[in-house]
Amino acid sequence: MPTQEEIFKKVSATLVEALNVDEDEISPSSTLNGDLGAESIDFLDIVFRLEREFGIKIPRNELFPEAIFQGDADFVKDGKVTEKGLSELREKMPFADLSSFEKNPQATDLSELFTVDLIARYIAGKLQAK
Amino acid sequence: MRWIWIDRFEEFEPGKRARAVRNLSHAEDHFAEHFPGWPVMPASLMIEGLAQTGGILVGEANDFREKVVLAKVVRATFTREMMPGETLYYDVELLHMAPEGASVAGKVSSGTEQVGEAEIFFAHLDQSRSKQMFGDHNFVFSGQLKHMLDMARKVVKPAENATPGA
Repeated sequence: MPTQEEIFKKVSATLVEALNVDEDEISPSSTLNGDLGAESIDFLDIVFRLEREFGIKIPRNELFPEAIFQGDADFVKDGKVTEKGLSELREKMPFADLSSFEKNPQATDLSELFTVDLIARYIAGKLQAK
Repeated sequence: MRWIWIDRFEEFEPGKRARAVRNLSHAEDHFAEHFPGWPVMPASLMIEGLAQTGGILVGEANDFREKVVLAKVVRATFTREMMPGETLYYDVELLHMAPEGASVAGKVSSGTEQVGEAEIFFAHLDQSRSKQMFGDHNFVFSGQLKHMLDMARKVVKPAENATPGA
């Protein structure tokens, strides 16, 4: 089982290739979309590379769920993620750090949850379960 | 204008790799403008050639049921200019295949000299966008592109039938 730091290094290298960014632009808190400029197709590219790099299978919608709040109108109210929505997030994305998002859960800020650290934690969980 | 940037397949291993050949002729219109007095094959059209070779490899792997579209050129490098009279080979290898898309590694060679490489990412349109938007008709593989492979089947002998030294 690789250490957290080894996982982070490999994840960084993956993002350097997929997003054409410099390694020194990447920190654990970098957001994929806002800081590193990832667009929709990049997320699929990242998933492919992570699968190859770590020898794991990443089921669709697990690491980067699409339309997470589509199933229920009660998940978001007046632009804010409701308590029901938050528990949906906790269940679907146990590897996400919601601590700061919970304080002001604007639905438009959801993309900020998707950080380099989130990927590293997801991978660590996957490798542990292997 | 026919949007076919490969002449024919020379090798095709389903789900693995393919090699297409492309002869550069001075009669092609784009050489008149790119550039006047110095005809150079545009790198973008070589990427298109790799993408057509790779796109057919990816499409064939799913019996042409998916609408395979070029989604991203991850990187592409070329080491020199290619001129009319050269024979280019586009070699692609399938790196990854999933329900949502696929990626390939491609190399461009002039004869035996490697002159470029690229990594190309394809999306399966119906898996990544709503099917209602594009309908059932597979417009990607409806005509010329799929015909390339039919032609290849007629031209290329299966490797196991090849006679050594022949």
